[in-house]
Amino acid sequence: MKEVTLEVNGKKVTKQIQDHTLLSTFVRDQLNLTGTHIGCDTSQCGACVVHVDGKSVKSCTLLVADIDGSKVTTIEGLSQNGELHPMQAAFKKHHGLQCGYCTPGMIMSSVDLLQNKKNPSDEEIREWLEGNICRCTGYQNIVAAVKEAAKNS
Amino acid sequence: MKAFNYHSASSVKEATKLASSNSAYLSGGMTMIPSMKMRLANYKDVIDVKKIKDLHGIKVTSKSVVIGAATKHADVANSKEVQKAIPSLSSLASRIGDAQVRNRGTLGGSIANNDPTACYPSACLALNAIIHTSDRKIEAEKFFKGMFETALKKGELITAVEFQIPEKSHYFKFPNPASRYAMVGVYVAKHKSGVHVAITGAQSVVYREKNMEKALNDNFSASALNGISIDTSELNSDIHASAEYRASLILSSAKKAVEHCK
Repeated sequence: MKEVTLEVNGKKVTKQIQDHTLLSTFVRDQLNLTGTHIGCDTSQCGACVVHVDGKSVKSCTLLVADIDGSKVTTIEGLSQNGELHPMQAAFKKHHGLQCGYCTPGMIMSSVDLLQNKKNPSDEEIREWLEGNICRCTGYQNIVAAVKEAAKNS
Repeated sequence: MKAFNYHSASSVKEATKLASSNSAYLSGGMTMIPSMKMRLANYKDVIDVKKIKDLHGIKVTSKSVVIGAATKHADVANSKEVQKAIPSLSSLASRIGDAQVRNRGTLGGSIANNDPTACYPSACLALNAIIHTSDRKIEAEKFFKGMFETALKKGELITAVEFQIPEKSHYFKFPNPASRYAMVGVYVAKHKSGVHVAITGAQSVVYREKNMEKALNDNFSASALNGISIDTSELNSDIHASAEYRASLILSSAKKAVEHCK
């Protein structure tokens, strides 16, 4: 067992973890932040994407022990004062989802894209989201949502 | 995943001291953690090497680019210095896996793993790399031994990779659409001393296609590769591509790599 201290969605948390605890299970089971989804659990589908120190990562392939002291943002940490984050609002407006399972990861990944590139082209959006798999939408509305969010932020 | 003891080393010396016959070094973990989750690998001790300062950083001289082993793919891709010195190398790094893999995966981890379809091993062979370890310096030619097998001894830790700056070069990857690993990747580099053509994804381990090198040494143009026959006996044949298809991809990818060399 190890003690780790992280800042999760702006709040400091100190918890006991096992050395092999993964970030995806940590946020879901120990912090009850179940917005982060576990899809394939093999780092391919991207449903579990969160931000660690501002960069998007796949939380199912990350040891909590490895990121002691870091800042973590999950999908629950995006909205501020009850207002949806512009990326969440754009996904809602453009219906960038159907079943919604991939959506938290899609949104976290897309937010990171705009941190790297302010006005991405369709191709750049599709390329960046290669690690996020959606089996419902065919991606059209997701790309439209990311473009709208880029315009609004 | 089976339980293990996690250690974070702060120096190369501390890391090698912690190493045992039942330990592994952890860098980005992009292959190692999934392998442990699938029970393909398991260790008593996992030694994280990312906090070792000596394993980070990019140094460019007139002849070489030296990249610390724990440098992430995203940092190589975005490095202005690498983009200027060896554009094919930063471009290769920018297309490994996906954005999240590039935010965690590292150069040292990739070559230590030596996946037969990984991109970086081809860069090492094409760019005459020297692999710096905790014990010695190893030429790339002698480093990649076989499928997932390298010249590293137990407990030996890669600290940096030194790439020779070529006159011009290009890496052309034909990625598997699902995994983005190379079904075939061809890295062509023209050095003063001669042309290197390194191929990944096609055999059990990265290799140099000497027939192509000979043709390109005589005439550095895509047309010089016309009529070169690729021996299919050693090529991978799997659900993604037959050996014959891979042979065809090697030739077309090599031509594209030569055409795009800069």
